[in-house]
Amino acid sequence: MNSTWNLIFFGVYPYLAGTVFLVGSILRYEFDQAGWSTYSTQLLASRRYMMWASNLWHIGILLVFLGHFAGMLTPVFEWMHVPVVMHQWIAFTAGTTFGVIAMIGGLMLLLRRYVNPAVRAAGRFSDLFILVWLLVTLGLGLGTQAITLPDLLHGNVANMDIFRAYLEGLATFRPHPELLMKIPIVFKVHMLFGMTVFLLFPFTRLVHIWTVPLNYLVRRYEVVRARRTA
Amino acid sequence: MKVRAQFALIFNLDKCIGCHTCSVTCKNTWTSRKGVEYVWFNNVETKPGIGYPQNWEDQAQWSGGWIRKKNGKLSLRQGGRVAELIQIFANPALPEIQDYYEPFTFNYAHLVNAPESEAAPTARPVSQVSGRTMDKVTWGPNWEDEQGGPFEQRSRDSNFREIDTRIYKGFRETFHFYLPRICNHCLNPACVAACPSGAIYKREEEGLVLVDQDRCRGWRFCISACPYKKVYFNWESGKSEKCIGCYPRVESGMPTICSETCVGKIRYNGIILYDADRISEAAGMEDEKDIYEKHLSLFLDPNDPEVIEQARKDGIPNDWIDAAQRSPIYKIAVDWRLALPLHPEFRTLPMIWYVPPMSPIQSEIDQGSLPTQADGVLPDLSALRIPVRYLANLLTAGDERPVRLALRRLLALRSYQRMKAVEGKIDLKVLEEVGLSESQAAEMYRYLAIAKYEDRFVIPTSHVENSLKSAHAHQGKDGFSFDNPKTGVSKPSLFPKRRTETAVENETAVARPAGLSSPLGTTFWKKPL
Repeated sequence: MNSTWNLIFFGVYPYLAGTVFLVGSILRYEFDQAGWSTYSTQLLASRRYMMWASNLWHIGILLVFLGHFAGMLTPVFEWMHVPVVMHQWIAFTAGTTFGVIAMIGGLMLLLRRYVNPAVRAAGRFSDLFILVWLLVTLGLGLGTQAITLPDLLHGNVANMDIFRAYLEGLATFRPHPELLMKIPIVFKVHMLFGMTVFLLFPFTRLVHIWTVPLNYLVRRYEVVRARRTA
Repeated sequence: MKVRAQFALIFNLDKCIGCHTCSVTCKNTWTSRKGVEYVWFNNVETKPGIGYPQNWEDQAQWSGGWIRKKNGKLSLRQGGRVAELIQIFANPALPEIQDYYEPFTFNYAHLVNAPESEAAPTARPVSQVSGRTMDKVTWGPNWEDEQGGPFEQRSRDSNFREIDTRIYKGFRETFHFYLPRICNHCLNPACVAACPSGAIYKREEEGLVLVDQDRCRGWRFCISACPYKKVYFNWESGKSEKCIGCYPRVESGMPTICSETCVGKIRYNGIILYDADRISEAAGMEDEKDIYEKHLSLFLDPNDPEVIEQARKDGIPNDWIDAAQRSPIYKIAVDWRLALPLHPEFRTLPMIWYVPPMSPIQSEIDQGSLPTQADGVLPDLSALRIPVRYLANLLTAGDERPVRLALRRLLALRSYQRMKAVEGKIDLKVLEEVGLSESQAAEMYRYLAIAKYEDRFVIPTSHVENSLKSAHAHQGKDGFSFDNPKTGVSKPSLFPKRRTETAVENETAVARPAGLSSPLGTTFWKKPL
């Protein structure tokens, strides 16, 4: 990959995806409240199957995402004075564990989309597309672990340092895409797929993540609305 | 005291003939759309039976409604706030579509298009979700109609608790009656409390419980929380829908479509004033048998000057107070104590009440084969075909006294009217025995037997002049997605396209055979599957 492409993919594309993600989400929230839903198909599926599939998928993928965020974009590990190698071991173990959990759940969900004719008919194309996309991203992510492990056994955490520096640059609007020039291709493809998830986000059911109902924990049980103004 | 008005209905089960006209007109009006093919805002079940969705009354299975915790507080049976959010990825109490039924149509086109064969062609059932041919239709919203299905299955009905069902299996002892069901527009709705998004609300003006389609995110906890299973998930729009109390009609003073079209004239619509401050007290009674009486005590006498004064202070218009004074609901439920709530033990304080059904007895009385009470006229309650115990389990959390009172009053009214019309005698003794006056009996006769339109339906129009300046502010927030422009749009859009036709209608239509014209239109002709 020459440096121009590297700049486009890792210097420009992240901001493009991020902009579409934010602006698209806001626009959709403003103009498509009626279409803003989880689009749950649990009604059409076997309850017992969904208890496994959906829980494994959601818990796995959420923890994987949280791991990326906390491990590479926040200084929590530094605050706790965790040595870098230890940090990488934690990331490796947790990432693989929850990645596999999410993969099992996701494949179960994908299987259901093919096997259950009702779910197949009710699901939109975008539902299937985003699920496959996330699974491929997840698979690539698990694939990177195969490269990380030998490095890690030799105490080499250079790649991780690069990612942290790169992401820090992105987040502070001082991107250093050139840092990624020597990174193995699996990482790069994984990153491109991951960024594209943000690009696709506002056009799919993923928007339900924005409206996680945490307010439920504090609101009153009964809701009464009045039409009259006086 | 905080006075609120509630739009309420009473169904007189004694007159319900189980014709399903209410279900059909409701279906045609509100749920003949994609995603809600399986949804019946109004359905009529034959009791005893396990109903639609299967076994809905058994909260050990479905975890609907409220429970009273040891500290006296109410909690949703399916779990508190934290427990609910933990279960948000997959709701363990959500019915599957098979628990309702897989919606179906029939492949009628095959009857016309089938190639020549020795056997007559058949129209096989086709799923309205997947569009596939189904092997067999196994359930529906009225599957047990007229005692359909084996008794062993119907006797799983949870209202049979503490009853030995075996004696009701035989032909001579069997019994049934009809139970029309719509959303109860509860005073203490569990669906509202369970909604993580706060999208379901009780409208203050007339107490209808509605789903804000804009704010609903499809977390689907309302569906499991409702003990009557009267909130449904629209699998196409990804949002919940429920009976909207026909608010566009009710607002303009018309009865709901199910009530309007009721052939047996069994439905009463009206408003009732109640004290909103004491809702949780009534719903939280320690003994579930006390909930009915406490619920009844919430209703305020619309002729009491104190109530009227407070009602005006709380913003209830004068014509609404007037309508409350003429309300058939107050007369039947409070004055005469004839109507009872459906499963008060669910603690949601439902507002569709039922006059319990008597059993067909007249011919047996004539034959003298029915044991009577001491006066020799009224049949003994124990002689009625429908066990009082069963009705009590259905309507009063097992307390037989209110059911006995209602049935005795209905019987007394019949006896009194019969003496008057047939023998030409006024027999006040039967009325006195059940605590009714002659004028009350005359009014009961007018309301229950004659049941004129203007007596059954006393509905004040809504006061639009008091609502927000722009009615458009409410667009899309009042309960169903039928008229929402978003659901009708199919042109290319940045955002996911929404389909509006059912799966079957998406099948490729074949050309109509020459020489035949179909009154049902071209979509009637489908390729055989």
